[in-house]
Amino acid sequence: MNGAHDLGGMHGFGPIDPDPNEPLFHAEWERRCFALTLAAGFTGEWNIDASRFAREQMPPAEYLSTGYYEHWLFGLEHLLVQRGMATPDEMTAGTVAVEPKPLARTLKAADVSKVLAKGGPSERETNAPPRFTVGDRVRTRNINPATHTRLPRYARGKVGTVHLQHGAHVFPDRNALFAGEAPQHLYNVRFEGEELWGPDAEPSACTFIDLWEEYLDAA
Amino acid sequence: MSDHHHDHEHSELSDVELRVRALESLLVEKGYVDPAALHSLIDTYETKVGPRNGAKVVARAWTDPAFKQWLLDDATAAIASLGFAGRQGEHMVVVENTPAVHNMVVCTLCSCYPWPVLGLPPSWYKAAPYRARAVMQPKAVLAEFGISLPEGKEVRVWDSTAEIRYLVLPEQPEESKGLSAPELENWVTRDSMVGVGLPHRPEEG
Repeated sequence: MNGAHDLGGMHGFGPIDPDPNEPLFHAEWERRCFALTLAAGFTGEWNIDASRFAREQMPPAEYLSTGYYEHWLFGLEHLLVQRGMATPDEMTAGTVAVEPKPLARTLKAADVSKVLAKGGPSERETNAPPRFTVGDRVRTRNINPATHTRLPRYARGKVGTVHLQHGAHVFPDRNALFAGEAPQHLYNVRFEGEELWGPDAEPSACTFIDLWEEYLDAA
Repeated sequence: MSDHHHDHEHSELSDVELRVRALESLLVEKGYVDPAALHSLIDTYETKVGPRNGAKVVARAWTDPAFKQWLLDDATAAIASLGFAGRQGEHMVVVENTPAVHNMVVCTLCSCYPWPVLGLPPSWYKAAPYRARAVMQPKAVLAEFGISLPEGKEVRVWDSTAEIRYLVLPEQPEESKGLSAPELENWVTRDSMVGVGLPHRPEEG
């Protein structure tokens, strides 16, 4: 979706402003929000792509005026309602009004390190041969889906060169909609600065983007 | 879902604190999350996982040419051999800085970052200015981090749009040549592995 999250190439946000003494979490609620999101995600009620799509659905003005863990909180609340795990009234009150949804699994403290070490690999086997190979010239499609995609706006309709083949990976555009993993080949594609930004590009700069086969045509 | 917080008079911060507190109570009461697991998750990222892991990878690569080659050929396996693997680092690629090329990493669409080797990302990495500007004005961004590159040096920006996570292998400072891997770990900064900093003598930082 063409949301406020798709920030590449926007102007007007000012300097980067890093804080060298920044704490890992700025407040206790950030700590809790982080852990709740990971633990709730472990139930398997949603996947990482659905989780990103949920955050992207925060209204644009709100997205740009709030911080990272507020995006996470919005996403978590959104998914809990979407999956029938909680109601908005329950989340406001903080008490149970509707019977809990039976879950396939919950995260136990003893399993945390094992679960984190395993992670969630996205690479999958496929019988489909790759359509492109390293060195091929490709053009990204000009698509504007109202749903989740990982093809950033700044890289649509642009010509680049395949730099790496990553194998087949879960396709986020479909997985985010709970429509299956639909794995397809993933490529890393190099775009020259001028191709992306025209005469406003900085000299000797280029961008490498991971792109699924369905985003690409031969150029 | 977020509308309720416009209805009352709490400040933005206390409002969000109340929302998170209510949510935690609810999820625990429903049996969806285990409070001890929450504690363990927080403890993991506050005390066990962070950029010191990545520094071990870099220092090893600087002192062991065979490891460096493995790292560039199959970063996931090479990094896993040092004990760093898993969530948000399932598929790793290491990109090498050279006299001709400088690499930097961004995630314009969210905040993808290689957790097993760098921990959780700093705020600036997740905030709009860096995500907006890194792809279009990488050299201007680097200048704000105090890095000015020689004219003609290529800047490669890696936008993390998939589940591939990128780690920059910085150039080893000349004056650190000959030091042991444990000594070199202290030269490697988090920012140098994102590509917005350079390794330096530990006394300076």
